[in-house]
Amino acid sequence: MLERGEVANSWRTERWDSLRLLTPNWQSRLPGLRYEGPDPDGYMTVGEVIAFIERFAAVTRAPVRTGVTVTSVRPADDGYHVTTTRGELSCRAVVIASGACNQPSVPQFAGAVPPSVEQLTPFDYRDPAKLPDGGVLVVGASATGVQLAAELQRSGRPVTLSVGEHVRLPRTYRDRDVLWWMDASGVWDQRYDEVEDLTRARRLPSPQLVGTPERTTLDLNALASMGVELVGRWAAVRDGGALFSGGLRNVFSLADLKMNRLLGTFDEWVLTSGRDAEFGPPERFAPTRVPSSTRLQLDLGSGEIRSVVWATGFRPDYGWLDVPVVDAKGQLRHEGGVAGRPGLYALGLPVLRRRRSTFMCGIEDDAREVIEHLARYLAARR
Amino acid sequence: MTTVTNGVNVQALLDAREVLKGAPEAAQFTWRASAKWQNGVHSQIKVQSFFGLGEEHNHKEEWSFEADHPEVFAAEDNGITPIEYLLVGLASCLTGGIASVAENRGIQLRSVESVVEGGHDIRGILGADSDVRNGYNDIKVTFHIDADASQEDIEALVAQSQKRSAVYDALTNPTNVTVEVAPSGQH
Repeated sequence: MLERGEVANSWRTERWDSLRLLTPNWQSRLPGLRYEGPDPDGYMTVGEVIAFIERFAAVTRAPVRTGVTVTSVRPADDGYHVTTTRGELSCRAVVIASGACNQPSVPQFAGAVPPSVEQLTPFDYRDPAKLPDGGVLVVGASATGVQLAAELQRSGRPVTLSVGEHVRLPRTYRDRDVLWWMDASGVWDQRYDEVEDLTRARRLPSPQLVGTPERTTLDLNALASMGVELVGRWAAVRDGGALFSGGLRNVFSLADLKMNRLLGTFDEWVLTSGRDAEFGPPERFAPTRVPSSTRLQLDLGSGEIRSVVWATGFRPDYGWLDVPVVDAKGQLRHEGGVAGRPGLYALGLPVLRRRRSTFMCGIEDDAREVIEHLARYLAARR
Repeated sequence: MTTVTNGVNVQALLDAREVLKGAPEAAQFTWRASAKWQNGVHSQIKVQSFFGLGEEHNHKEEWSFEADHPEVFAAEDNGITPIEYLLVGLASCLTGGIASVAENRGIQLRSVESVVEGGHDIRGILGADSDVRNGYNDIKVTFHIDADASQEDIEALVAQSQKRSAVYDALTNPTNVTVEVAPSGQH
């Protein structure tokens, strides 16, 4: 196993200080290692996640070589040739486990933002105190965006949040964690070959959730109540001004409709599983409140905004992968984790094999299936 | 399930979507209109040719539109105002989208009617107040839809139609518009 940093590198270097997992602790289960602490319904901090992954590496005696950066993987006669910062190696098969979040995705017009405005990505951000005082424009209202917007607003910096398409979820539903429902109802078990629009499912942003001891719901209504100003999707910079979409109302409608459809799925499951005695009645939540008119533009040079945080998602980096298995959009071409050239595999990508693929409780089944394929491949070539 | 007949050839659209995923050049369309000043603020606009799928095409006939200002604008009302044409575009784009999404989702429509209203402060275009924008301050569309579906499913149709609407996007998001003057003597 080649790791460019230390075990759990991205958790050590690419996360902000207050981050907690979105999944409750009881969902932290890896083969042979489960959360066994006192707070199964709580949410792990970054430090706890690092310790958990380190423990898993120790318990499984994973053959990790740390401080090794892969600079090239290319086809060779009997498999692959790998070039690293610590030497070359040859292998018969490769499993790509570098994830889908190697680089923040930042819109091209970021280059037109005046230099007087500081810009940060989630990789740069650690805590509010490192940002200048004054207004912050947080771009993107998925998990990262809503969490940072709340944290920054609470720090006394007025936040304007630019909202594009997002996934709205309540933290709890009928008294259980919403991710308990995703697990129990089988939504997370839906296979990649059963999903109607797989491309869309793989591109879904992280839902608007936060892990707090109070299990608070952090949706746009909650943010608006805190004083965060909501504006539409940032479309362009023109003459030093940010231009936002006037279509915010429909973005809210789409998210509310999808949430209600998902909650309806949970309610149906309760009925068909005969478990309705276990739960309180179905709930529905207030629609996302739309301001009567939303700002369409903001003068980036006026000093109102002192910093911009790009919570606009991430993309994988396959610059080192010298095998023609990457598509025009920079995504890996694979069939359930089996990539487009023999002996090449991937794990840990969104909806790799199931909707739960990128969650801690999803890797085990995916890994078993992908490695079964790899083992058969190696056996057939002996 | 009874067959849904909203009249939209959804299969053709789905097939086109698959084909064009791998052929972005073919997906590049250019729509065009040619306008001629008549008199006053009255002009006549003709639309016939367009480019797409790699070649030129013509509508079945040449369509002609008149645009003017109304009498309360001290003009002659030979046609609707240019700004009203945007409402024509928005209403028709959203309506067509609703029909397409309904067809795709197996929802039978019985009637789809809408009223579009654009709030417009004319001090902008008159130059009476430079803080007032030239275009609409807001646009509101109200749909009355009679269909074989729940209120929630109908709202979902309308939301999806906006999500994929060309004119909705053109109105809610910025678009680069370049206006040039050909050197005089050229026609």
